[in-house]
Amino acid sequence: MTVNGQPVTADVEPRTLLVHFLREDLRLTGTHVGCETGYCGACTVHIDGEPVKSCTMFAVQADGASITTIEGLASNGQLHPVQEGFWERHGLQCGYCTPGMIMSSVALLQNNDRPSEEEIRHGIEGNLCRCTGYHNIVRAVEYAAARMRGEEPPTPEWEGGE
Amino acid sequence: MYPRQFDYVAPTSLDEAYGALGDDAKVLAGGMSLIPLMKMRLLSPARLVDIGRLPGLGTVEDKGDHVSIGALVRHATTAGHPLIAQHAPALAQAAGMTGDVQVRNRGTTCGSLAHVDVAADQPAAVMAHGGVAVIGSASGVREMSAADFCMDTLTSDLRPDEILLEIRLPKAGPGEGAAYDKLGRRGGHSDYAVAGVAAWVKMTDGSVSDARVALTGVGTKPQPMFGVAQALIGTDGSHGAIESAADRALEGVTVLEDLYGSVEYKSHLARVFTKRALEKAIASIQA
Amino acid sequence: MATTSVMGGAVRRREDPALIQGRGKYTDDFAPPATLRVAFLRSPVARAKITRLDTSRARAMPGVVAVYTHDDVAHLGPLVAQVPLGKLRPLLAEGEVNHVGEAIAMVIAEDRYLAQDAVEAIEVDFDVLPAVIDLKKAASDEIVIHDELGTNRLHTWTYHGYWDVLGLEDQTPLVDEAMQREDAVVVSIEMVNQRLIPVAIEPRSVLAEFEAGYGRLTVHSSTQVPHALSGAIATQLGMQARDVRVIAPEVGGGFGCKLNVYNDEILVSWAARELGRPVKWTETRREAAGATIHGRGWIGTATLVGTKDGQFLGYKLDAIADMGAYTQNFTVAIPLLGLWIASGQYKMPVGWKVDCVYTNTMTTDAYRGAGRPEAIYYLERVIDAYAREIGMDPMEVREKNFWQPDEFPATMGCGFSLDSGDYASATRKLREIADYEGMKRRRDEAREEGRLVGIGVGSYVEVCGFGPAILAEIGFSWTNYGLPSSFNGSGLVRVNPDGTASVMIGTGPTGQGHQTTWGQIVSENLGIPLEDVRVYHGDTLTSPMGVGTFGSRSIAVDGPATLEATRLVRDKAAKIAAHLLEAAPEDIVFADGGAHVAGSPDKGVDWKAIATAAYQAHKLPEGVDSGLEATITWTPGNATWPFGTHLAMVEVDPDTGNVDLLEYYAVDDCGNQINPMIVNGQIHGGIAQGVGQAMFEDAIYDDDGNMLTGSLLDYPLPTAADLPSFKLAHTVTPSPINPLGVKGIGEAGTIGSAHTVVNAVVDALAPLGVKHVDMPLRPRKVWTAIQEARA
Repeated sequence: MTVNGQPVTADVEPRTLLVHFLREDLRLTGTHVGCETGYCGACTVHIDGEPVKSCTMFAVQADGASITTIEGLASNGQLHPVQEGFWERHGLQCGYCTPGMIMSSVALLQNNDRPSEEEIRHGIEGNLCRCTGYHNIVRAVEYAAARMRGEEPPTPEWEGGE
Repeated sequence: MYPRQFDYVAPTSLDEAYGALGDDAKVLAGGMSLIPLMKMRLLSPARLVDIGRLPGLGTVEDKGDHVSIGALVRHATTAGHPLIAQHAPALAQAAGMTGDVQVRNRGTTCGSLAHVDVAADQPAAVMAHGGVAVIGSASGVREMSAADFCMDTLTSDLRPDEILLEIRLPKAGPGEGAAYDKLGRRGGHSDYAVAGVAAWVKMTDGSVSDARVALTGVGTKPQPMFGVAQALIGTDGSHGAIESAADRALEGVTVLEDLYGSVEYKSHLARVFTKRALEKAIASIQA
Repeated sequence: MATTSVMGGAVRRREDPALIQGRGKYTDDFAPPATLRVAFLRSPVARAKITRLDTSRARAMPGVVAVYTHDDVAHLGPLVAQVPLGKLRPLLAEGEVNHVGEAIAMVIAEDRYLAQDAVEAIEVDFDVLPAVIDLKKAASDEIVIHDELGTNRLHTWTYHGYWDVLGLEDQTPLVDEAMQREDAVVVSIEMVNQRLIPVAIEPRSVLAEFEAGYGRLTVHSSTQVPHALSGAIATQLGMQARDVRVIAPEVGGGFGCKLNVYNDEILVSWAARELGRPVKWTETRREAAGATIHGRGWIGTATLVGTKDGQFLGYKLDAIADMGAYTQNFTVAIPLLGLWIASGQYKMPVGWKVDCVYTNTMTTDAYRGAGRPEAIYYLERVIDAYAREIGMDPMEVREKNFWQPDEFPATMGCGFSLDSGDYASATRKLREIADYEGMKRRRDEAREEGRLVGIGVGSYVEVCGFGPAILAEIGFSWTNYGLPSSFNGSGLVRVNPDGTASVMIGTGPTGQGHQTTWGQIVSENLGIPLEDVRVYHGDTLTSPMGVGTFGSRSIAVDGPATLEATRLVRDKAAKIAAHLLEAAPEDIVFADGGAHVAGSPDKGVDWKAIATAAYQAHKLPEGVDSGLEATITWTPGNATWPFGTHLAMVEVDPDTGNVDLLEYYAVDDCGNQINPMIVNGQIHGGIAQGVGQAMFEDAIYDDDGNMLTGSLLDYPLPTAADLPSFKLAHTVTPSPINPLGVKGIGEAGTIGSAHTVVNAVVDALAPLGVKHVDMPLRPRKVWTAIQEARA
């Protein structure tokens, strides 16, 4: 498989979950584990460009696939606009759900460059956050969407924005 | 969290896949239902046959008189495919209300049908559209209506040496409409169905000439509501007709209580969503 | 980000660059070579004698290094607790189990898959006994769980009797008397405040490494209280505090569940010492649901008595609180936190009694709000019912009974004083931002159309910022963990020779942004740019002695400590700068990365020059020691008492009982705000957790004690799709208790929100005659309430 653009070859026990392979064999610990039932989304990575939950997949199933994790999102030291949005709009607190949340948000914006608030909220429905109440995550995605369209992001609420 | 050991086979041809199947084996496609059960060690097959690399099973195709959904077609594809939107709109809606984005990217429509979860969305929609399960094994291919295929809680008619190869859906004709509606466990459309109903209705000259309705979340399995359909056929499809047809929503249904609903509540919801799905299905024809 | 002043500015967080790139390190991310992994055999039954326990097959499995049971750890005693009343938790089950999920045996293996395999090979037989789950049944002592205690009642908290030394008056007779008045309106409701699972998204994790040559233990843990954990491990393992270093790296949310010290933390530390290899355990979500503490779990009857025109005359609560099967950290003390705010924002006599009872369930303890959401819920729900009864607007009835601004500090019947407040300023602002009158019009119009739309108002006052040294006198102290402190805050500020500042604090965050907020305090007061300040926390080796982040205490307790340390450093730096500039120290002004003489901005030195001089004794003025750092340990004289009022609008689908939360407004007052962006974030998250309790969450044990909500599949948390955006505003009433004028804000959103949503739903259903619906307001319950009201 290819992980963040690098070819990777390894022998693993069939029962090894993809998330454990990424975290423990490849030491890519940015992808997190929050539950065992595929509910929390902390383990979200992109497989062939689409967000999936890497805790609900065996590593062997990803043989030959192209995987992007949070570590592979920034390029040449340049943050992805979604990462920038989370920073600018306080879209994270403890940061544990954040990598998965960012990966889902990136995928959402790939398919829809002008999502409504409702579309954003449904687009990240598969990622649980216990800290932010999602309010600023929505603002972060709105910020990133504007940036990716080449527009000025909305004014933050603490500067009088709506 | 950590599954028991198993053998893993990733066949590249159907014959190879059939050869690998057997009593202690399980087919792995999207894995959205199977893998969590294995992680909690509630299910521990000795062998997994990963059909993810089999060619030709990942497409939605127009096959002349029907539309075919291959074994590897993801919920996301079903939800967004123009052929499904045109010919099986209730299924498109049900697939769009299944799980979340990530689950829809991995889970398969055929897998959902084969798993027969009591609260799954798509099997009911497949039934309402008159879907047929196409089942393959080393000894050949057989077909069965989706309604018959879903036998009981978590039990399909699939034998251990068989694979659900595709779902066939009849193509839509004039005067037909369909819809799926549900109450999810978190309220609204979110999460598994506390109660969900898929309805397909055909109107000819202002009256209902045919109908199929199916229920999920309420009973022991997703199941057709023959009584409702029967009561509706021949009527004008008005609110009143729908209202009285919905009174038959629980015929043949063993209502199960769970954390999300008492028997009384779920019985009530079955009627509510029968009405809502039928209203929407009929409205979609007039539109 | 545009900000003119560092303090009070919405400064982007210093924590974020690592976290948004997946480069933050949480406990499970640490993997020293040869780390062993742990899995626990946990009880599948709620109450039983263990008649046979055979680990031989498990021990013989490949990759298994050790399997431990109670006999192996009996010499360590039961798990230490801060308030060690009643039955303490055995480290591993001692011949009996008392809740599903209780640890029976500990397997240590080369990897976690193998460890789990070995757990399945342990043979155990039970003689199952009847379980006690229902709170009223538990209180009846029909079945006593712990024979040696003779009762399931662990303790009873009363409003006046919780601390005899205070000699408080029992106000119950005053309330009873008021009920007899001719014009009295008495409203009483029995309500459940259901048990909750905290669900920090990061599962708890602990990694211990023992260096035999040095006799030193280093423990990484996902904990809110590194110092307390270090003390607890040392105490329990018979080690000295100096030899146990605890590091809380990034911690993925806590909400109180990581404020406990757990048996797994002790056992993993002990095993690492026994085996001489690193040992790590990371809980599964199922374990998090059944073996990490739960919160809430009360049933009670709240009674309000008032006049027909809306004057409160008194309030009573008679409740039972669920302790679970064993006492842990603060278990029995949690209701006490509620007691202190039993009267909310209102001046009236209170009669309050909460029985604490054991049940065959997981231990309860602090979960976001801890006792306070429960207390406020009962009070504010019954106020709402009273307002409806007398036909008065619920906002107005609250305003009529608030303590007035000139009455602060206001001493309540429980003996504590509300530090400061202007409660009506918050409701005035709320009316304005929400257009309250317009909302009511919109609701009434919707009702005309036959829709079930409702508005809910909910106020709260919180006690937080623990805390005053006096708390140690009533058992709130960390001395059982070998800590000298009660609830001290601490801060160490060091200006390095290159002019940058390192700040070490005695508290550690679980997402609250301490690195940013504390950086702002130091940057503002030294004039060192924020980028040049780095804040360290969570490592007992480097942090000054402190406790941790809980009870909305960090900024109110550790914040002032850091401020005072910063001022000491500044005063010393002023002397050095004055010496360098040949001016008087009192003429030195700090700004723009250095110091200059007042009135002569061109006559200055930068921090590098000051710091360089500071570390060279020969360059210092007489009487000034070298070095440029200060440590302050600080204890407040009182808690702080934030407050606010929230407002929600909901719509109920009468056919399904489905509730839509349409709009949510909140006005909160936490005194001065150092970073309003972070303050708002805390409120957003707090509201979501309160809404979670109101609408979704419910930790359910069946009558036999089986955990029915052990996965997120059956314990629904609010997702983004379930919540609206929140509209917030603030009033600012600085606290006189600390030099920053701050009050805690971590729990306010949660304490203010659950009842607000329930009040709104009951308002929506009021035209049908519904008077109360217990949380969570899942469609099933709401629909049932509608049916019952119609019947």
